[in-house]
Amino acid sequence: MNMVDKNVSYRSGNVDMTHGGGGRAMADLIRDLFHRHLRNPILDQGNDAALIEVPEGRLVMSTDGHVISPLFFPGGDIGSLAVHGTLNDVAMTGARPLYLTAGFILEEGFPLADLERIVMSMAQAANDAGVPVITGDTKVVEKGKGDGVFITTTGLGVVPDGVRVSADRAKPGQAILLSGTIGDHGVAILSKRENLEFETEILSDSAALHGLVAEMVAAVPDIAVLRDPTRGGLAATLNEIARAANVGMMLDEAAIPLKPDVSAACELLGLDPLYVANEGKLVCLCEEADADKLLAVMKAHPHGGNAAIIGHVTDDAANLIQMKTGFGGTRVVDWLAGEQLPRIC
Amino acid sequence: MCLAIPAKVTALEAGDMAVVALEGVKKRISVALLDDVSVGDYVLIHVGYALHKVSAEEAARTLALMAEAGILKEELEEITGGAA
Amino acid sequence: MKYVDEFRARDLAEKLAVQIAAEAKPDRTYHLMEFCGGHTHAIFRYGVQDLMPENVKFVHGPGCPVCVLPVRRLDDAVELAEKHGVILCSYGDMMRVPGTKQRSLIKAKADGADIRMIYSTQDALKIARENPDRQVVFFAIGFETTTPPTAVAIKQAEAEGLENFSVFCNHVLTPSAIGHILDSPEVRDLGTVKIDGFLGPSHVSSVIGSEPYEFFAEEFAKPVVIAGFEPLDVMQSVLMLIRQVNEGRAEVENEYTRVVTREGNLKAQALVSEVFELRQSFEWRGLGEVPYSALRIRDAYAAFDAEKRFTVTEKQSREVKSCECPAILRGVKKPTDCKLFGTVCTPDNPMGSCMVSSEGACAAYWTYGRFREPAKQKAEAIA
Repeated sequence: MNMVDKNVSYRSGNVDMTHGGGGRAMADLIRDLFHRHLRNPILDQGNDAALIEVPEGRLVMSTDGHVISPLFFPGGDIGSLAVHGTLNDVAMTGARPLYLTAGFILEEGFPLADLERIVMSMAQAANDAGVPVITGDTKVVEKGKGDGVFITTTGLGVVPDGVRVSADRAKPGQAILLSGTIGDHGVAILSKRENLEFETEILSDSAALHGLVAEMVAAVPDIAVLRDPTRGGLAATLNEIARAANVGMMLDEAAIPLKPDVSAACELLGLDPLYVANEGKLVCLCEEADADKLLAVMKAHPHGGNAAIIGHVTDDAANLIQMKTGFGGTRVVDWLAGEQLPRIC
Repeated sequence: MCLAIPAKVTALEAGDMAVVALEGVKKRISVALLDDVSVGDYVLIHVGYALHKVSAEEAARTLALMAEAGILKEELEEITGGAA
Repeated sequence: MKYVDEFRARDLAEKLAVQIAAEAKPDRTYHLMEFCGGHTHAIFRYGVQDLMPENVKFVHGPGCPVCVLPVRRLDDAVELAEKHGVILCSYGDMMRVPGTKQRSLIKAKADGADIRMIYSTQDALKIARENPDRQVVFFAIGFETTTPPTAVAIKQAEAEGLENFSVFCNHVLTPSAIGHILDSPEVRDLGTVKIDGFLGPSHVSSVIGSEPYEFFAEEFAKPVVIAGFEPLDVMQSVLMLIRQVNEGRAEVENEYTRVVTREGNLKAQALVSEVFELRQSFEWRGLGEVPYSALRIRDAYAAFDAEKRFTVTEKQSREVKSCECPAILRGVKKPTDCKLFGTVCTPDNPMGSCMVSSEGACAAYWTYGRFREPAKQKAEAIA
């Protein structure tokens, strides 16, 4: 049987309502686009639900809806982002991710060629991560009721014995480590936004971090906290941790890795890179005594080359994140109020 | 108020437009408010417009003025043996 | 970043701090008003206050265009978008400012109004070109820095015959506001706002030059130093002000010579006076009516004046009653003197304009400086 010959071509044409209608068009789309690119033994069973053996250990599950404009951006697209985002959420418990699921909401009129690009990118990301997409769903909404494509992914993983990562384990005296430069993703996205366009070689840092996490927990199983500073940037993540554990923090601005181009773009738009999103970075809190060892492990990993110790946890009932500025003063790094908007003054 | 940043003019374009660079970031801006802008000039950018050229000589002079402050610090350190 | 990083250098900051401490006389206090929100922002963002001796105090002035726009004008802009169905183009800064009943552009947008955030007036022109069957109004705010780009856009719209483009003009003038503060009873008679000197606007002055400040340096016998917005510029300017105060001088000095000249940008000034003329009076949030403090579009360009093209209704615009923005903008009160500060009014839920703009004194206090203020206890109480 030659499957390829039977495949419907998705090089042209648009998503229409029949692609979500339950008839042949939908079955063809699922077979020739989703299954073809995402294929793996469990998905290939072709059932409505994936049957898996229960793995040993503590299970973690996380789900994440992905909406982004533009859908294709420097360094990634919504497909790779949907894989990385959920893998990272699972990994931030210290877990090893095992499986992914994906739900697509497609807008009528969306180019099928773009959809194929997205699914291929997703397949590539899942393949690189070694985590298969084992079941999924597709729905089509009328034109005007979606924004091209929305993708919801769910991840399942297992936490190694002895690992107990949780935000409320932050304690005064612990070191704060950051895996690399901040703001790359947000700046890459903004550079393509209508009315803001600027040219930059900055790429989104979108990446799956479970490989890095695996080496970190292997080296220091007692890691207290792991978080990926996505929306709201590093500032939001640190504030969340401080509130969860009822502690404060003191950061050293000069130690926070920042690319010159990201800094420049932020100056141009009036943004503070501490509040700009990342998709391939993590923050880690650990005992002071383990910090250097952990830093060395991070720096040796491709996703942690620019890792740095950026501060320490303090005893502060007001849960303030303070920062020694590069200039020699002190400031507060507060929660982001509303959405960070480019400003003129 | 008035967020503005110095950037280097890298190209002049038709319609009083120009491309400026700030590190590796490039942006199209208007130079309609300036006369005789040349490639290589540093200009102050505000809301997508160049407001003024930045004078290299004056910038150096201001930095030199600031550095004069250091002399006092050094003198104090000599007197107090570094305790200042 | 050339011309940026050099002016944020820590080693020079330490040296300047020593010099300032040495020259500030211990038997007196120096109250220095930074007019511009840009300076307020730099002071808090870099922690400049930490490098100052105890007796050098910053008084935060009204120089934030978002903060001084009266509620009524914001309500008018919302009405243009909602009732007249225009595409309203606004700088990002205005999006979250609360109008009457806490209604902001971002809320109006959520309710269906076509409000678009732009970065430059060129973007507004582009939107007008792309939507020939829609009216496109640019919500123009800002001081002398932001006015010339609006003038360019109006001239360009005329040249292109862009008939669907107009400007809702709210441009205001800096020197008249500074004069108004110095002339107010609180300063002149009551002495409640002690101001020993001014950090003069940096980017405003790149356009208007340093000359316009000469009048009130003389008239009010206060020293003015035109200061750049980088933290070292602020420190050097503080040093220059301290020297003037110590020597009993009240002159206009220019620290920001790399961008500011005495005459300013003459081409920009000519464009502005070609397109705009003085309003007899304009309301400033916090200062009230200030004579000759704002610009309107000249009759020759009336076709591009949104106030002439559309009729907005008279409305009862209201501020939140106990909001102290008016007193804070004049430097009469500190953000921490306001009952709402840190309790019901926070950057997430701003009641007044000073809390919305990142340059507003309240937002700057909250975001960067509240750990050193008594408000810290307040913040703890509500957290």
